[in-house]
Amino acid sequence: MVTDGVQTMTTTARPLVQLEGIYRSFVKDRQVIPVLQDINLEVGENEILCLVGESGCGKTTTGKIIAGLLEPSRGVMRVADRPVGDYRGREKALLRRQLQIVHQDPFASLNPAHTIGDILSFPLKRHRMTEGGAALKRRIWELLTMVDLTPPGDMVNKYPHQLSGGQRQRVSIARALTVQPKLIVADEAVSMVDVSIRITLLKMLLRLRQELGLTIVFITHDLALAKYFAWEGRIAVMYLGRIVEIGRTPDVIAHPAHPYTRALLAAVPEADPELTRHKQTIALRSDDIPRLTDIPPGCAFHPRCPFYTEGTCDGHTPHLKSAPGRNQQVACIPVQQGALQGG
Amino acid sequence: MSLDMNKVVLSVRDLSVSYQARRGRVRAVSRVSFDLHAGETLALIGESGCGKSTLNLALIRQLPKNASIDSGSIAYTYRDGRTINLLDFDKTAMRRYLWSECSMVFQGALNSLNPVLRVSDLVYETAAAHGIGRLEALTRALTLFEQVRLDAKRVFNSYPHEMSGGMRQRVLLALSLLLRPQIVIMDEPTTAVDILTQRSILDVLKQLRAELNFSVIFISHDLAVAAEIADTVATMYAGEIVEIGPVNDVFYRSRHAYTLSLLNAAPRLSAGAETLESIPGSPPDLIEPPPGCKFHERCAYVQPICRTTPPPMVAYDSGAGRAACHETARVLADARQKV
Repeated sequence: MVTDGVQTMTTTARPLVQLEGIYRSFVKDRQVIPVLQDINLEVGENEILCLVGESGCGKTTTGKIIAGLLEPSRGVMRVADRPVGDYRGREKALLRRQLQIVHQDPFASLNPAHTIGDILSFPLKRHRMTEGGAALKRRIWELLTMVDLTPPGDMVNKYPHQLSGGQRQRVSIARALTVQPKLIVADEAVSMVDVSIRITLLKMLLRLRQELGLTIVFITHDLALAKYFAWEGRIAVMYLGRIVEIGRTPDVIAHPAHPYTRALLAAVPEADPELTRHKQTIALRSDDIPRLTDIPPGCAFHPRCPFYTEGTCDGHTPHLKSAPGRNQQVACIPVQQGALQGG
Repeated sequence: MSLDMNKVVLSVRDLSVSYQARRGRVRAVSRVSFDLHAGETLALIGESGCGKSTLNLALIRQLPKNASIDSGSIAYTYRDGRTINLLDFDKTAMRRYLWSECSMVFQGALNSLNPVLRVSDLVYETAAAHGIGRLEALTRALTLFEQVRLDAKRVFNSYPHEMSGGMRQRVLLALSLLLRPQIVIMDEPTTAVDILTQRSILDVLKQLRAELNFSVIFISHDLAVAAEIADTVATMYAGEIVEIGPVNDVFYRSRHAYTLSLLNAAPRLSAGAETLESIPGSPPDLIEPPPGCKFHERCAYVQPICRTTPPPMVAYDSGAGRAACHETARVLADARQKV
């Protein structure tokens, strides 16, 4: 990051993961699809960072890169100040363990033929996290207790199909914890469970963060959930492969700067009839999201943006910078120039 | 939107539906009663397994073979004032009823559109099955597509895969209105779509409702969407409607402990830092439901009576709403504050 707003981007905590100029593209039908473009991001130790955006914005790809499941096409990822490429041998193995991911679908991510005990013991044995059978059993019980799957004795012999969606997601989290990670990427980890159970899972993640000093990268399309979960942390809003706005959650939610963030926040229905019916929505110039193979030049949002300025927005690519009167960073040239107050 | 509270188009009484499973009968819907008025939007909210989708399938008589309707009636009133009981209909009568009197919009637009048929084929086939000519069908379809803010001519000649998710969902919404039904049943129509797409679908729905004045039964687990579009909200738990009433009553003056607990678990974007509470435990077994109030095992307001005696449905405001909770007074005192 070589912008003048670096101070607001970095967290007070020591950065655990740094993404610098990350690009990632995929090839499909001989067409190159640029999914991520110039992602610069820091995740501090013990921080909560929320990645939000609509489908196709690149939030899952970013999460997979952070978790080490995908290599960037270009750019550098650093962990504890060292480029990931410099890690070798045992250090590399340790690094892989430190970055874990919890997937969205707890029905697809647990092997139906294995008991909960098996699911937790495989990584414990494979990575020699415990010594001997008694210690293994003790650790499994400890993990199950940690994720509130009690009594553990009843749980170890069960198969995934005997559990509810919420319980399975607890198993997924316990499995991620087997290797004592420093960071967990939770990719839509609560989208498939019921309203009443979501909050329990989120509270549990927050508690585990406290107890274990975990860093959490939380990926969601649900802004209200992001607000609740990351209130003490930061939110990054993504659009067509770029971060368009990033800052402390209360700043971004209460005073959104980027026109896209404003449009998103204004569009979200709220669980309060009077509030949601009197919400001022922002009309976009177009309802259609451009294809990733045909990203508009300049600011990718310009064909839809209600505050579009000809010559500026379609000619120059905006980069994340601080803007006058704002605590967060935003990639919008008019906002950076002090236009578009309020929000 | 004109809400005619004098004209009831659908009146459901004591409807019970069960499934035969290996372990016994699953009582998925128990003694459900409600009225749907002309121009009214009724949101059925509840979590998975509460019976809302089974109720939906019963209302269109499309229940799977292992399900049976054990009791009750579904009275439908035609525009000319005739009233019939849907449960007396045979298959032919039901086919005539669907689409022309009551149509459906399901979740996941891609699954409900046949991939090898153009939108035009769907329009002509649906119209022909109900005795409407091609020209009339074409005119109606193009008007509706414009009303849902689609490029009418382009969409008319498209295959489903040529359209985005939001476009497909709007096509389904338009198609559901092709035969001018009095009722449209929507099962989670905005669940799998993005925020801005959801916004455009909700806006289109509100506008269509104002122009065409149909009634909507909206099935959702999303409290925010219900808060936005419903006139009346019904909360379902373990197969029963436990509370039903005008949207503001249900949200700001909840009378059932389950409704309040559900609301207290829903984050609100504009509410700043919020304390949310989840509901402990999981929904009860519907083969052997607990005695008394079915929610008592998870309820924060539980009293000894709740464990033994099912709470009666109590009406308030001369019948505008009703709730079945022994602890209404305490629940009311804790009502959720407006943002």
